[in-house]
Amino acid sequence: MIKTALLIVGWVVVAPVLGGLLAGFDRIVTARMQSRVGPPLFQPFYDVFKLMSKRSVAVNKFQNFYMLCFIAFVIITGLLFFTGGDLLLTIFALAVAGVFFVLGAYSANSPYSNIGAERELIQMMSYEPMLILMAMGMFMVTKSFHVNDIMGFSKPLIAYLPGVFIGFLFILTIKLRKSPFDLSSSHHGHQELVKGITTEFSGKTLAIIEIAHWYENILLLGFIYMFFAFNPIVAISAIVITYLFEILIDNSYARLTWHFTLKSSWIVSGIFGVSNLLILAFLGK
Amino acid sequence: MSFLKKSPWVLHYDGSSCNGCDIEVLACLTPIYDIERFGIVNTGNPKHADVLLITGSINEQNIEVVKNLYNQMPDPKVVAAIGICAATGGIFRECYNIKGGVDTVIPVDIYIPGCAARPEAIIDGVVAALGVLEKKAEAFKSMKVSA
Amino acid sequence: MNIILFLLLFPAVVSLVFAVLPPNSFRNMLVRISCLLIAAGSIYAALVFSGQGTYFFKVNFPHLDKLFFAGEMLVSAFLLVRCLKIKPKEFYIPILIVLQAGIMAYCELTHAVPEVEHAFYIDNFSIIMALIIGIIGSLICWYAVSYMKDYHHHHPEMKNRQRSFFFILFFFLSAMFGVVFSNNLVWMYFFWEITTLSSFILIGYPKTEEATRNSFRALGLNLTGGLGFALGILYLVKFSPEHTVDLARVIELGSAVMLIPVALIAFAGIAKSAQMPFSSWLLGAMVAPTPVSALLHSSTMVKAGIFILIKFAPVFQGTWAGYCLALIGGVTFLMTSIIAVTQSNAKRVLAYSTIANLGLIVACAGVGTYEAVWAAIMLTIFHAVSKALLFLGVGSIEHKIGSRDIEDMDGLIVNRPGLAMVVLIGILGMFLAPFGMLISKWACIEAFVNSNIVLAVLLAFGSAPTLFFWAKWMGKIVSVPAKQSDKAKDKVSADEWTALGVLAGLTVATAALFPLISSISVEQYIISVYHQTVTLTQGNIIIMSIMLALLILLPLAFFAYPKKPMLVQRYLAGANIGDANAYQGSIGQTQLATMRNYYLTSVFSESVLVKISIFVTIAIIVAMFSVVKL
Repeated sequence: MIKTALLIVGWVVVAPVLGGLLAGFDRIVTARMQSRVGPPLFQPFYDVFKLMSKRSVAVNKFQNFYMLCFIAFVIITGLLFFTGGDLLLTIFALAVAGVFFVLGAYSANSPYSNIGAERELIQMMSYEPMLILMAMGMFMVTKSFHVNDIMGFSKPLIAYLPGVFIGFLFILTIKLRKSPFDLSSSHHGHQELVKGITTEFSGKTLAIIEIAHWYENILLLGFIYMFFAFNPIVAISAIVITYLFEILIDNSYARLTWHFTLKSSWIVSGIFGVSNLLILAFLGK
Repeated sequence: MSFLKKSPWVLHYDGSSCNGCDIEVLACLTPIYDIERFGIVNTGNPKHADVLLITGSINEQNIEVVKNLYNQMPDPKVVAAIGICAATGGIFRECYNIKGGVDTVIPVDIYIPGCAARPEAIIDGVVAALGVLEKKAEAFKSMKVSA
Repeated sequence: MNIILFLLLFPAVVSLVFAVLPPNSFRNMLVRISCLLIAAGSIYAALVFSGQGTYFFKVNFPHLDKLFFAGEMLVSAFLLVRCLKIKPKEFYIPILIVLQAGIMAYCELTHAVPEVEHAFYIDNFSIIMALIIGIIGSLICWYAVSYMKDYHHHHPEMKNRQRSFFFILFFFLSAMFGVVFSNNLVWMYFFWEITTLSSFILIGYPKTEEATRNSFRALGLNLTGGLGFALGILYLVKFSPEHTVDLARVIELGSAVMLIPVALIAFAGIAKSAQMPFSSWLLGAMVAPTPVSALLHSSTMVKAGIFILIKFAPVFQGTWAGYCLALIGGVTFLMTSIIAVTQSNAKRVLAYSTIANLGLIVACAGVGTYEAVWAAIMLTIFHAVSKALLFLGVGSIEHKIGSRDIEDMDGLIVNRPGLAMVVLIGILGMFLAPFGMLISKWACIEAFVNSNIVLAVLLAFGSAPTLFFWAKWMGKIVSVPAKQSDKAKDKVSADEWTALGVLAGLTVATAALFPLISSISVEQYIISVYHQTVTLTQGNIIIMSIMLALLILLPLAFFAYPKKPMLVQRYLAGANIGDANAYQGSIGQTQLATMRNYYLTSVFSESVLVKISIFVTIAIIVAMFSVVKL
């Protein structure tokens, strides 16, 4: 009981702090990769606190509401995951959060946010199968959909699910909103998409979106952890290496089209994820 | 302490510049000057920006555009006119299509001189703009409190 | 017993009344009262019988078998007369009718059909079906009262044939009750053919050339399925050593003896529930007035197909036929979900989504494990509620905005907030956690991973497009237009509101009460068939309750939230003109920024995908029967 309470508090309070630090770390590493110095580590927090102090402007009175729903469901998703709940339900709850994010952009109804929303949906369509395949793969190995049981599995999950992990890495880039898959809201605003899905959001609401993304990123790192949960040290190093790899990818690719995103992620999920599951099913029988 | 000073996001708009100042603005983002050190981000979106950087003078075509961009920025916000054209119209001042400096359309807080303005001057100007932003933020806060 | 007789006979009796009464307020009141009585009857049946075992009933009425046989022949004769209007390439329809009638006549006249001791039965699953037919069916009929008035108002060129419309609608309800309560397969076949006939007549209701052709296509494909049913009965009475047409007995005997007739009847089930390769009839059926689409083509009649499949699920468990059946469902689910992405006509989206969800249920039935059947029944319930709501919502929207195209629905949240909320609730019910469909889909995944990984993969890839097309539809509805059009004057009628409101309430209520629904009826049925059942994890139920509570409370928080943001124009690169989505284009022209959804037609092509899936599913059906015969 106390452990659950601690986990809940840990998620709600510590996760955004970690997420913000991760974002700061990301920005510094990115800058170094471009032989720049980069901002301070706490820069993302400065940004968010600044946004909090600005006047809230909006295109219509409805749009900010959806972002409250977005962060609420992201938090619920994380609670579910970090208290050891059902992995499939976690994925579905994450989808609910994503849908609210998209609805907010639709509600604003400007060309940029609209295109951002459409592309975000295409991204969701691209990564959703792989997430479900991941949950199924973990179930086939551990015989449970519960994060608790998956985390408590004594053998290295990665040894059973290498294909699933490759597929997951591929969609992780989409999910972390990194190049080449930052289709829905580009990193840099001065591009054809402006800021895509977040174009019409400002002030507090933008801060909320930013914090929600921090939560999401920590949740995704938690997903990586599951593959290596047999040994915490290995797991944490795996997370660091994976994240550095994502930053490298981010800095070495230009944005790709949604055609490519959709096709490639389905193909990668199909080849690596599905064949991994088929082999598991074959060996299981 | 205001966090505005630590994270000024800028919006860069080219009025009718010869692109000289624009290149210098973008030069600030490069590894040599690296203004991201100060938390400055080029947003390209008025809804996200705190500082509006305008290069070049205002012409008859973009009067409404500049007004729109300014109006779409959330308070507190500052405007910096970069280069002599943005300040006064510069050598284009007498052209048939030129209305003049940026302050003929919207209030300008900081004028950054030069033709073209040097990156150092631009960074200096943005930093000066932050002081103004700080004051505006306090005014905004007290306005909110009284309201 | 009396309540079953009431449900079977009452709608048929009142339908005769509606066949003669002209559409006036007295008739309308009578329709509403009948709806209430039918709903009350089904609820009464549920209260009396649910949570208990299976009850069988005898009917002591002489020569009932002969009456049913006469009825079957009458239906065939009627259809043959109608076939005078067919086109040359529809030549196969009368052949099918004659074949079916011939088979049934052969069985009957050679006195081969054995007596069934208990003609009717009621168990927890047929109660659920009865509730769907009784409550949702009558709500749709209630809605139809005012909808049909509007319909003829909008289509003055059409002859007002409301008498035959309501006659068929209520007669159909009787037939549906017959399907779910019959323990005698020959009688069930009769009710089954009545539903085909009703569908045929109602699709042809607009009497346009398109409607007539589509109605014949529906008839042809359903008769193809019906031929499977007839062959199944022929096998049971002529070739099976057991020589029985008792449904309970057939299921009890299981796959060892009964697989062939059950597979033949399942073929009828596939056709009736519009699975690939038969799906085209359901798309064509969308020409009918919306209550017909809601009642026959999404909530009840197509459920007759899956009803029989779920009934036979224990027979299919672990067999090759079951595997093939599940694959047909899985392929249908994946393909139609993808095709739905490419559609902008709301009714076609709903039709494709209906086929997809039925596919999922068919897949569950084919797998046939207790978890899969639990999921299948849950899907049936939730789908019936949400889809009826969506169809009726779209029907009302179509009459008010004059279009059923999703692209025309933007700004609905501002212009018609009531209808927008109704459709939003329906869509949420269709694909988001914690609403019923998603819970069931979740159960499906768990069931599939345990038994059939190929199906699980099909499901994983099929649910992603589902998310896409529902979310973009929601997006259109919630988008706030730059310039508000004048608030619409003509209100949605009270009858339509009643049906929409109750269905929206039911969508939320079923999501909130699903553990209760599961424990008091679905699990009881599963236990009675499989002697074990699924257990819902406490923690997950809590989390889902929290999510549902959030979804209900957050909108309230929105209205309570005092501070409204300062409104500014949307970002159009600064070139905005006025308040609308207009901007200054090149050489000073005013351009309007218009936004349309993505339909991904460059990646997914409807015609190609349909061809592929028809090919694949026909191959699976061939594989299914060629190996069954071995």
